[in-house]
Amino acid sequence: MARPRRPARLTPFAALLPMALTAIVAYIGCALWTLRVSFTSSRTFASSQYVGLAQYERLFDNERWVLSLHNLALYGVLFIAACLVIGCLLAIFIDQNVTGEGVLRTIFLYPYAMSFVATGLVWQWMLTPGQGFPFDWIVDQDMVIYTVVIATVWQAAGLVMAMVLAGLRGVDPDLWKAARLDGIPAWRVYVSIVLPLLAPTLATVTLLLSTTVVKLFDAVVAMTQGGPGTASEVPAKFIMDHLFLRSNIGLASAGAMVMLAPVLAMLVPYAYARSRRVNR
Amino acid sequence: MKVARVGIYAFLFSAALCFLLPLYVMLVTSVKSMDEIRQGSLFALPLALTFEPWRQAWSAVCTGAACEGVRAGFWNSVAIAIPSTIIPILLGAVNGYALSFWKPRGANVLFAVLLAGAFIPLQVMIYPLVRLLAAGGIFGSLPGIVLVHTIFGMPLLTLLFRNYYAGVPHELFQAARIDGGGFWRIFLQVMLPMSTPILVVAAIMQLTGVWNDYILGLVFAGREHLPMTVQLNNVINTTTGTRLYNVNMAATILTALVPLALYFLSGRWFVRGIAAGAVKG
Repeated sequence: MARPRRPARLTPFAALLPMALTAIVAYIGCALWTLRVSFTSSRTFASSQYVGLAQYERLFDNERWVLSLHNLALYGVLFIAACLVIGCLLAIFIDQNVTGEGVLRTIFLYPYAMSFVATGLVWQWMLTPGQGFPFDWIVDQDMVIYTVVIATVWQAAGLVMAMVLAGLRGVDPDLWKAARLDGIPAWRVYVSIVLPLLAPTLATVTLLLSTTVVKLFDAVVAMTQGGPGTASEVPAKFIMDHLFLRSNIGLASAGAMVMLAPVLAMLVPYAYARSRRVNR
Repeated sequence: MKVARVGIYAFLFSAALCFLLPLYVMLVTSVKSMDEIRQGSLFALPLALTFEPWRQAWSAVCTGAACEGVRAGFWNSVAIAIPSTIIPILLGAVNGYALSFWKPRGANVLFAVLLAGAFIPLQVMIYPLVRLLAAGGIFGSLPGIVLVHTIFGMPLLTLLFRNYYAGVPHELFQAARIDGGGFWRIFLQVMLPMSTPILVVAAIMQLTGVWNDYILGLVFAGREHLPMTVQLNNVINTTTGTRLYNVNMAATILTALVPLALYFLSGRWFVRGIAAGAVKG
């Protein structure tokens, strides 16, 4: 034990330096930088001419932005609801002692291994009017957002299935025996007992799905490029366009900060609930 | 009772067909000629098989200015994915090890910030990062895109390794300390050799994530290193003239092939990765 103690205590700090730089510089630093730029009149380059909340006012006067928020809200509700319903149904049906469970699970989860780009392109082709399906939603301004929902639900529902199935396998078998003795029908047990038991799993899944909603970009770019017109515009795409194509960094930064708000609104209660559960 | 069983299988079978439909359509479209695509149904099996679309997709289709197929994108993706898998995993393993066993002061606060960062929309950080990398002279280069993947892969990978090492008996670490092992020696000789399962899971997750990435490659990789997803999107959405649907679908399959192969070969591990990442995500 004659080893010098000093290096042993410093090394862990040194080893965590990349993590510290990532968290402090890349995450916090960049977010603060964007916050600052959102209060300036920056266009092609960042300027330090402060204009207060003018960029936010312009943002919400911008029809394209307002439309993109509407689209995201509609998309988010439908996407999460459909993923949860389909994923839970698949998991519950698979949980009925079916033969070929492994094959079924593989089939329901494989889309999750595909990129949103590939997903968007396949569905763009399948939904091309006059091809396979007797409707032309993808070129219909009022319906196009639903095609994005369909494609991404196909991609992500398997994730819900996999996680809910894992949760179902963790349910105490005695619960099922007791329910059977009392003659309660299986569907009632699922609805009234098992799904409430899986609430933490469902909360985690919902949080994961919500983050993919806020990040929605690749799938729209690949599938519709925001069109027809601007009918399937989403905030992430609006921000990217204003950053890199329309040289309006101030406006884009304001948009980015607006996108951060719902994320924090979801994350803070979730973290709070988790920390309470851990402390109990 | 029997009716119920039939109902269960009918539901699962039709659901499976729905989930397989896009894969089927991709495959059959990619082996039809354009004439057959124009005349026939989307769902029909090909009358005459042709692999010409695959050859074109791989080595002849135009991806923006050049017409050399998606193979250039494939090799770019390989060049990006290998370092972007190895480096972040090693860093994630060191982070998880330090967090679980050494617990330096303030590290848990940093870790909380790191995890929160995983949920922040990329758009919040993307432009400052562009400026930072440009200032460092690595914007639009291979080291630049690898660094960005390292930054954004770190939360999940650190979480994976931290949770894994949390399950390792602390006595093992204490014993290694008493034997005079330092930070790196314990990591390299004790922890890393017993980390194979989590290394496999982490490699699958990170490789899939990097390969499927679009937005980071688009912004940070630079013209010379555009990954396959970006080139694929260029092939289909920005080229003018007649759309060659069969070539497009062949290119799409080629792009999805690596993560799909990884998934089909490693299904169990893939699911473990999702579960491990999500449990405390």
